[in-house]
Amino acid sequence: MSAQTPTRGSEPDARASGGGPAMLERPLSRDPHPGTPQARLAGRPELYTAYRQDMALLNTPAKRWAVIALVVVAALAAVVLPEDWLSLFAVTFPVAIGAIGLNLVTGYAGQVSLGHAFFIGVGAFTGAVVGSVTTDPALISLGITQLPVWLMAAGLVAALMGGLVAPLALRLRGLYLAIVTLGLVFIGEYVFGQWKAVTGGSGVGRSAAEPHLFGFDFSETGEVFGVMVTANQRLYLLTLALLVVFAIVARNIARSDLGRAFSAVRDRDIAAEVIGVDLTRTKILAFVISSFFAGVAGALYYSVLGVIEPGSFNLLMSVRYLAMVLIGGVATISGSIMGAIFLQTLGRFSREIVEFLDFLPDFLTFSPELMESILAGLLLIVFLIAEPRGLFGIWLRIRNYWKGWPFSY
Amino acid sequence: MERFLESLVIGLGNGSIIALIALGFVVIYKSTQVVSFAQPALMVTGGFLVSVFAVGQGWTFALAVGVAMVLTALVGLVIERLAMRPMVGKPPFVAAIVTIGVDIIVRAIVNRQIGAFLRPVGDPWGLDTWELGVVTVQQRFVWMIGVTAVAVAVTFAFFKFSRIGLAMRATAFDQEVALAQGISVGFVFALSWAIAGALAALAGAFVGTGNGIDQSTFIVAFKALPAIIIGGLDSLEGAVIGGLTVGVVESLVATYQADLLPFLGGNFAGASPYLVMLVFLMFKPYGLFGTPEIERV
Repeated sequence: MSAQTPTRGSEPDARASGGGPAMLERPLSRDPHPGTPQARLAGRPELYTAYRQDMALLNTPAKRWAVIALVVVAALAAVVLPEDWLSLFAVTFPVAIGAIGLNLVTGYAGQVSLGHAFFIGVGAFTGAVVGSVTTDPALISLGITQLPVWLMAAGLVAALMGGLVAPLALRLRGLYLAIVTLGLVFIGEYVFGQWKAVTGGSGVGRSAAEPHLFGFDFSETGEVFGVMVTANQRLYLLTLALLVVFAIVARNIARSDLGRAFSAVRDRDIAAEVIGVDLTRTKILAFVISSFFAGVAGALYYSVLGVIEPGSFNLLMSVRYLAMVLIGGVATISGSIMGAIFLQTLGRFSREIVEFLDFLPDFLTFSPELMESILAGLLLIVFLIAEPRGLFGIWLRIRNYWKGWPFSY
Repeated sequence: MERFLESLVIGLGNGSIIALIALGFVVIYKSTQVVSFAQPALMVTGGFLVSVFAVGQGWTFALAVGVAMVLTALVGLVIERLAMRPMVGKPPFVAAIVTIGVDIIVRAIVNRQIGAFLRPVGDPWGLDTWELGVVTVQQRFVWMIGVTAVAVAVTFAFFKFSRIGLAMRATAFDQEVALAQGISVGFVFALSWAIAGALAALAGAFVGTGNGIDQSTFIVAFKALPAIIIGGLDSLEGAVIGGLTVGVVESLVATYQADLLPFLGGNFAGASPYLVMLVFLMFKPYGLFGTPEIERV
């Protein structure tokens, strides 16, 4: 999006982060040779001699290798993992894209949104209208099954809705905003339930967009260059690739001038306005970008799943996404992904926990679904009380322990 | 005209349920600055307990409601002690999210006990009606309005005339100053959760009258959110007026929308409170009686 191009927003931000060089007679520069790329000192990979290095996407060697290794391992896992885990991860990765989107608006920009399910729904149905093939004459569908087309359409329509909702955030803060966005979910549920030509109506639903790319069907088992690739493997790799792309885009937004404007607005919006951050523009962009991610996530998720039920875009879904962000780590991209994977795989573990707890009296045994929501709620509370930085915070503690070893105390 | 009046009575009846829950929201918000999303769970807990005592044990309805109110107040106390006390001093948003977690857990447990079917709460009214002049009204709605009026009056009198109520108002005004005057702020926090729990249980009992409660009854409690937005987050009067407004709007929409605006479909009444809320926020962001947020720079 427009976020990567440093436009006029860069000027106030430089002042915000640089300690106000305009007030000093001689501007202090951290960069002895401004404008020229800095060579790193040999043997000191974490010594930054330029601000640019500090802000780089992968600013430490360890991060560089770890990220590459992680992506390679995740891609190779497509060969190793059993089918049921592949299909589980194929729906988890789109959810992670959605969680990243929520983290941009709630974690980075500090605008609490309980309306994420609404934007997910808008994306899912836009994707379905553009990219599904249906024989039902009552349903609208354009039948453009090219994946980039319906994915972009879903993102853009959701972003448009985000832009329409954003003005509310200009008038309201904190809990008021949370309640209003919650109202959005209820209104959305009503619209999705009624607009049968698009959604199929509540309890019925419709088929979702088909993941095709130039005649290649991702939801079909078949040979690729003489190698047998199952549908689950294809969808797994497709969603993994898209997750990596969107994670990088989000990371770039977060470290750009716009991302710093987000943080400034989150920390103190009046102060941000005073130092020259355009509040209106920043808040609207936060909602637009977040909704774009949500729209993409919704379209992709239901494309992998196959069918959309309009009733699923309820408050519980919003809360789930919020739980992913909070359990994973507020204002971190990797945390969003960790949180999404954590909550999506929770269903697996809750089934085992239910079996383990079988000895309890009958009124204390729960179905796996109920156990899952109990666990999710419990984890949400425990994380907020004990580790507000989430899974990412736990990782930080582990990292710092070993980094400081043997003086880690 | 009869149709309008009947719809109005239904609206006021349902609105008084919403008003009770909204009152709980505001009581908690005023003293702790936390919007509690756990009220739906407390309401369902109350309704379920009434059902257990009145139907399962065969107690009279009034006794069952009283005991359920006490027990739900205890649930509120436990929630405050375990989940909310550690959040003192944290941003109010974080505490609000904790209440969402609490809501999910408590509701999952209660829904498991409710089971898959409608559970009657054993109320004496059922769907019986009274003829008031030309208007036919269900008895339960009249009782709802009456009992809610009493409950609201008692709550208001408690805040206005009792020493503890004064302490709670002082805490709402300024926690640190209240602490310096020797008020136990922790006790005030606990008490406001207990009051909110009792009010929610009363609302739960009324929600179940007529038909009963099931796993999706909690949705009703969320309508208290538009109510407190309309009335103002920190105003007790606002909560009552907002709740009644939401009830009446929903009922009138349900009565007339099918004739006047049929293209909006069947469930528009359920969404209407939220639309009213959005419109309200455009013009009066802090509600009818709420205090506008003043910020120091």
